[in-house]
Amino acid sequence: MAWYVGRRLLQMVPVFLGATLLIYAMVFALPGDPIQALGGDRGLNEAVAAQLRAEYNLDKPFFVQYLLYLKGILTLDFGTTFSGREVIDVMGEVFPVTFQLSIMALTFEAVLGITVGLIAGLRKGKLFDATALLVSLVVIAVPIFVIGFVLQFVVGVKLQWLPVTVGGDVTFRTLLMPAIVLGAVSFAYVLRLTRTSVAENLTADFVRTATAKGLSRSRVVNVHVLRNSLIPVVTYLGADLGALMAGAIVTEGIFNIPGVGNTLYRAIQQGQAPTVVSLVTVLVVVYIVANLFVDMLYALLDPRIRYA
Amino acid sequence: MPDAVSTRKHQEHFFAALDDTPLAAVDTVDEEAAPASLWADAWRSLRRRPLFWISAALILLVVTVAAFPSLFTSVEPRFCELRNSLGEPSAGHPFGFDRQGCDIYARTVYGARASVAVGVLTTLAVVLIGAVVGAIAGFYGGWFDSVLSRITDIFFAIPLVLAAIVVMQMFRDNKTITTVVLVLGVFGWPQIARITRGAVMSVKNADFITAAKALGASRVMTLIRHVMPNAAAPIIVTATVSLGIFIVAEATLSFLGIGLPPQITSWGADIAKAQVSLRSQPSILFYPAGALALTVLSFIMMGDAVRDALDPKARKR
Repeated sequence: MAWYVGRRLLQMVPVFLGATLLIYAMVFALPGDPIQALGGDRGLNEAVAAQLRAEYNLDKPFFVQYLLYLKGILTLDFGTTFSGREVIDVMGEVFPVTFQLSIMALTFEAVLGITVGLIAGLRKGKLFDATALLVSLVVIAVPIFVIGFVLQFVVGVKLQWLPVTVGGDVTFRTLLMPAIVLGAVSFAYVLRLTRTSVAENLTADFVRTATAKGLSRSRVVNVHVLRNSLIPVVTYLGADLGALMAGAIVTEGIFNIPGVGNTLYRAIQQGQAPTVVSLVTVLVVVYIVANLFVDMLYALLDPRIRYA
Repeated sequence: MPDAVSTRKHQEHFFAALDDTPLAAVDTVDEEAAPASLWADAWRSLRRRPLFWISAALILLVVTVAAFPSLFTSVEPRFCELRNSLGEPSAGHPFGFDRQGCDIYARTVYGARASVAVGVLTTLAVVLIGAVVGAIAGFYGGWFDSVLSRITDIFFAIPLVLAAIVVMQMFRDNKTITTVVLVLGVFGWPQIARITRGAVMSVKNADFITAAKALGASRVMTLIRHVMPNAAAPIIVTATVSLGIFIVAEATLSFLGIGLPPQITSWGADIAKAQVSLRSQPSILFYPAGALALTVLSFIMMGDAVRDALDPKARKR
């Protein structure tokens, strides 16, 4: 197991380097001169501009910039934004918000998706199953921002059950509706995945054996069917945490949430390379680590998998 | 074994009806009958599914609308009069008017082209890149596989919409259908690559591949003629479903204001504009969103139907 973890950690290194380099290259290629943009219409004094360029390493060749940036990340020095704030301070402010939102969305999609998917899988071909499948298809097909608008309008404006936007007031209550919107599409995927998996495992030999040796229906379903069916679902959920945090851009925009997505979107539009790369780097790391964590969870869920 | 025979004496004996087909007839292979290939089986099962026909009809409709929008409306989608702003449906304008006074029906009809073009072209690009990378990694293995799989991991680790937002900024002044396709294609291929790699790896050790090699087929020919056709099923299914997902991704980018420019009529941009009018007239949101959802739905349902038809395990039930 330790050997396996070590090998997986080693495999993460090239992915991490490649992903950060790719992002850095893309942000580097963005048109426009961010330093000139700082000065607005009047433009900056040449000397001031040169000094700022030197301060942000913008005068050095691309690859040197990247290496300097990498050195910064490894020492947890993410640099400063163009408005002079430490990027790490900004991250400390926005990441907890997005993290809370994503965890709430993940909980919502996991609990509801697995429950509905299990019932649908056990009753494959019946009315409940057909309805659940249809609902999941519609949720996948309707873009997330349409779901957002409609919920915001109906629940927030018309019924006034929940606040319409979040703003500075980040609480469980204000984040509830955005979390449901954010997790909606993944809920549909979790539902479908659980349903297929349960329906397939119900016909497996080990389930027949369990039934044959006289176990109660609930024990067969809860222990034998569900545990085996959860393997692909857990993989999906683990990979989804990273995707949710990155995908929060749209949801955070609609509900005006001061999280990573909002900050990132603004930073991209202003060409703030250090902020963009830092935020995206952390998102990528979250994504990679979540995937590693999922692989470790496999061993717990599936006794057939042993890491030699 | 005299004992065994004697114990059976008291049991009843059953005989199967005598089959008097001559041996020659049993052994004859009917060369006229079409071979029951995977695809022939799948088609036979598909034909009986209402879901397949419904989604096929919807896809045909959307593609026709995208190709010949003028067949469905004579109203110009970009001809807008402010005096019609938020107008109710009237004769010739069945869906009413949006805030700018544009005909919603005409805009919904003309918006199909952008979505379908982005969906189809991106899927083609993604399948092209992903299938080549995945096939080489899976078939040749070893050193090729290590490098290509790590590159796939790198692109997989960057979420699609995030990458698209960053890259679309580069094309800020030059946003066309081509640039959107390019951006989604460059970051959308890892999934297809992984699936192709898995499929190729499961096929490449089959007996018929060994037979092809033994008969002297070259590596490349073996891959193209024998491995790929047998690994195609999961790629086709994933591609069909992704087509719908890419249409949603384009709409998301247009919604964020960095997808297609306003000159191109698109559902995503129209949905974004409808946000401000939602309270006064929900139908402005309903029609483009409904059209988009129906299009995506038909592609996902088609993918589902094809998957079920190709999966012998699912077919039995």
